[in-house]
Amino acid sequence: MTLIEKILAAHTGQKKVNPGEFINASVDLILANDITAPIAIREFQRFGIEKVFDPKKVVMVADHFAPNKDINAAEQSKIMRDFCSRRGIIHFDVGEMGIEHVLLPEKGLILPGDVVIGADSHTCTYGPLGAFASGMGSTDIAAAMATGDIWLKVPPTIEFVYHGNTGKWVGGKDLILYTIGQIGVDGALYTAMEFTGEAIDALSMDGRFTIANMAIEAGAKAGIFRVDQKTLDYIKPRSKRPYTIYEPDKDAEYARVIEYDVTNLEPQVSLPHSPANTRPVSQVGNIMIDQAVIGSCTNGRLEDLNLAAQVLKDKKVHAKTRCIIIPGSQEVYLDALRKGLIEIFIQAGAAVSTPTCGPCLGGYMGVLAAGERCISTTNRNFVGRMGSPQSEVYLANPAVAAASAVMGRIASPEEVVKN
Amino acid sequence: MLKGKVHKYGANVNTDAIIPARYLNVSEPTELAKHCMEDIDTEFVKRVKPGDIIIAITNFGCGSSREHAPLAIKASGISCIIAKSFARIFFRNAINIGLSLLESAEAPDNIKTGDIVEVNLAAGKIKNLTNGLVFTAKPYPDFMAGIIAANGLIEYTKKRLAAK
Repeated sequence: MTLIEKILAAHTGQKKVNPGEFINASVDLILANDITAPIAIREFQRFGIEKVFDPKKVVMVADHFAPNKDINAAEQSKIMRDFCSRRGIIHFDVGEMGIEHVLLPEKGLILPGDVVIGADSHTCTYGPLGAFASGMGSTDIAAAMATGDIWLKVPPTIEFVYHGNTGKWVGGKDLILYTIGQIGVDGALYTAMEFTGEAIDALSMDGRFTIANMAIEAGAKAGIFRVDQKTLDYIKPRSKRPYTIYEPDKDAEYARVIEYDVTNLEPQVSLPHSPANTRPVSQVGNIMIDQAVIGSCTNGRLEDLNLAAQVLKDKKVHAKTRCIIIPGSQEVYLDALRKGLIEIFIQAGAAVSTPTCGPCLGGYMGVLAAGERCISTTNRNFVGRMGSPQSEVYLANPAVAAASAVMGRIASPEEVVKN
Repeated sequence: MLKGKVHKYGANVNTDAIIPARYLNVSEPTELAKHCMEDIDTEFVKRVKPGDIIIAITNFGCGSSREHAPLAIKASGISCIIAKSFARIFFRNAINIGLSLLESAEAPDNIKTGDIVEVNLAAGKIKNLTNGLVFTAKPYPDFMAGIIAANGLIEYTKKRLAAK
């Protein structure tokens, strides 16, 4: 069995599961946010029961439109807050909340071997912890809150092997944008993506979270990594309960094995309006930008802010460009503050915000006007994603976004940072 | 038996196109339906009539997990979506809320906007009344047929809870 199959088998009480098989798996954690929770709560109430199966295995995070952007958003957050407080459900509200997929691993809520489901498509972010994590809708979450289990079709696994060593400005974002560019937005539809190879071994946990985060952008059900010393070092100060590390069998059957040599890979940029519309940064051409956004569940972690700061140090954001930097959690924010990164950003003329999903989905904190262009470290560049249907979003890593903010056009970090 | 006029879209229609996130500060289906397809087809909400059918190519509903997307489509009056393939979260969401989906490799290439299509859900039969062509949809696995027969996941789960 593959890694995913082993985890799922362990959660069904079966010795073996096979791709394509329908199973009911017990869940270790259920997630919803201020957009998806209100529908999940409305559906849950149709059961006519008061209690969720286990309030310590349900987490709700106010992050998409919080701190609340308008009255309707405030009503949504209130529904979630009241539901959680009545039932003792874990709830992260303004002041301690972060972007859910940055926050939950930090809090040690997800550990190796877990089955996690979330009413958010980027729930797949947790794969680097050696867990099965998959996004679904509000009604699925409502049912799971009542029963503690979820129906799943066991996905076939595709192994993606990354050979070689990446350059200084190339990270997890570039590997995943390149991969989606190669296989397309439905290239891994209904499958689990397992990421291996020496370039993956060399990546930090932050870089791995970025890769797993965008597995959904290839249509995948989950993205997963094998547990190594970096995983163990990450969870050691955070875990508060026992966990199980699973390894794929030597004779595990993969649907496909896809191998890339990433030694000479450049930073990648996905052009409008598809994450699969990927090009090396040197081939993007002269694209003027109005805004740069650095943050999100994809690239809002400390390593991401470090990269942005390396580029923005002693530089100024271009006079015609707005640069908005959003740490993914209070922990990331505080670490960045202590390391002097926030000062670098403000000196450079960037706006720094409290954690929120905000502009990534066109909510607030950086919505675009018609005709405007943004380079963003987020995960989607669909029509209208960040505001006006006549605006454009280009996806890139934090160093490219920061360099572009300085130049006022899409630029490579090498153009800004001279050795 | 369903019968309706066709609204046809291309490949990879994403959930931001179905319901832009700027409207996700509410969750009432009728409110969401007012903005259904707005960013890729401003005329959809004016044109759509109860019972109409959406035809799409591949990976329909990709992107976010927002259940607001199938809720908006259902509340707009659409009775059924036929595509070559669906994004997996959208597929779950639609089945869970009782919006009918059919997968067919051939039908989408042989049906165009404005055609009148008749669908027999139980038999998986799709008939284009405009050109007379008939197609058979991929049957649902037994497990999912159970959720559909229960009229969605909540009613299905109620029975499971009662049996415990």
